Amino acid sequence: MQTPAAFEYERATSLDGAIASLQRLGPEARVIAGGHSLLPMMKLRLANPEHLIDINDLAELAYIRREGDEIRVGALTRHVDLLKSALLAEHLPLFRDAEEVIADPVVRNRGTIGGSLCQADAAEDLSAVCTAARAHVVIRGGDGERVVGMEGFHVGPFMTAVGAGEILTEVRLPVRPGAGSAHEKVERRAGDWAIAAASAAVWMRGGVISDAGIALSAVGLTTIHLTRAEELLRGQAPSEELFAKAREIAAEDCSPMADGRGPVDYKRHLAGVLTQRALRRAVARAMKQEA
Amino acid sequence: MEVTMTVNGTRVSHDVEPRMLLVHFIRETLGLTGTHWGCDTSNCGACVVQVDGRPVKSCTTLAAMCSGHDVRTVESLEVDGQLDPIQMGFHERHALQCGFCTPGMLMTTRALLDENPDPTDHEIRVAISGGICRCTGYKNIVSAVRWAADYEAATAKEA
Repeated sequence: MQTPAAFEYERATSLDGAIASLQRLGPEARVIAGGHSLLPMMKLRLANPEHLIDINDLAELAYIRREGDEIRVGALTRHVDLLKSALLAEHLPLFRDAEEVIADPVVRNRGTIGGSLCQADAAEDLSAVCTAARAHVVIRGGDGERVVGMEGFHVGPFMTAVGAGEILTEVRLPVRPGAGSAHEKVERRAGDWAIAAASAAVWMRGGVISDAGIALSAVGLTTIHLTRAEELLRGQAPSEELFAKAREIAAEDCSPMADGRGPVDYKRHLAGVLTQRALRRAVARAMKQEA
Repeated sequence: MEVTMTVNGTRVSHDVEPRMLLVHFIRETLGLTGTHWGCDTSNCGACVVQVDGRPVKSCTTLAAMCSGHDVRTVESLEVDGQLDPIQMGFHERHALQCGFCTPGMLMTTRALLDENPDPTDHEIRVAISGGICRCTGYKNIVSAVRWAADYEAATAKEA
């Protein structure tokens, strides 16, 4: 029987209260939301928090709404609600692509976007999605809020910019004209971790890619941000030749490890192919020609 | 710590360790052994119960987290000897052999039909993709859910 080691449990009734508890209890206190990453790690003693602060009652952290030129997503928003969001499907369809293949529908009823990002597992999809979509996250602590771009969010494997005594409260996603996006993933079976996955977002202007965001899951120690491929695409008219070049860069710039899901050369090849497919679909969507 | 929740319509209150998982609270503290405890890693789906109407893997949920919430287990489906249509469907279409996955499959597909009374075979397969059945190959489970959907549609028409 797998049971976590003993801990003290506290049900947060307000965000400020949760932050105060985290600061009072120190680094051995952890926030629990869906719990579908943390509890399995606790069962395996890979995580041994002495205190859990349950934030599931903080309904004010569960929302998806448009504010100006951003979509703002509360940290406690569950995967199932990301999947069903018409607002995200309209402006950032890569979320729907990803949510259809994250874990399974029962797990998606519990897991949250904030939990997924803070877990910072390199094989997790939403970190790549948010990196490609140029998301910023809002991190709140005792001294107020700070806003951090995804490029500064991951500081190492399973490590983020969220410090002790802080909580990730919101994800901010820019809404810009001419946008198209897609997420492509290959997994061995429903609910398994990705062998590889690629997220792509493009912003088109006058038939040219004015900006692009591309990131990979499961082919490195952290989410791989393909800045070299983004640079290649910027200012170019989309073409199969261009996508093929991005594919080569993706295969070069990832750093997968061999495991039961496949050898290194296969994963590099797959990362390239998925990047190419995601870009092709993202551009087609940007040009309103759903692939 | 004290946890209080509604289980199958009955309010229950017990003193438990914070680390107690919902599946063990249901099976051991409450003695409701219809919910099965399977892989313990949120992969197999045998332990699925409904929390506030949504199917949830009870091996990966703390009992403490469900305090104040509404939990439904497989024991709630049959009422006064009358099987739920989803149970009738599993019987009619022989959707189980060993029965280990069945409580999770029933609670998952009951929630599916509550939300989507006329699912396609693909939608049924997606809904049960968080459950593992090593006997049926899933074909008869999909058929059983289809049977229950048709039965409920016909019953609603008669009413």
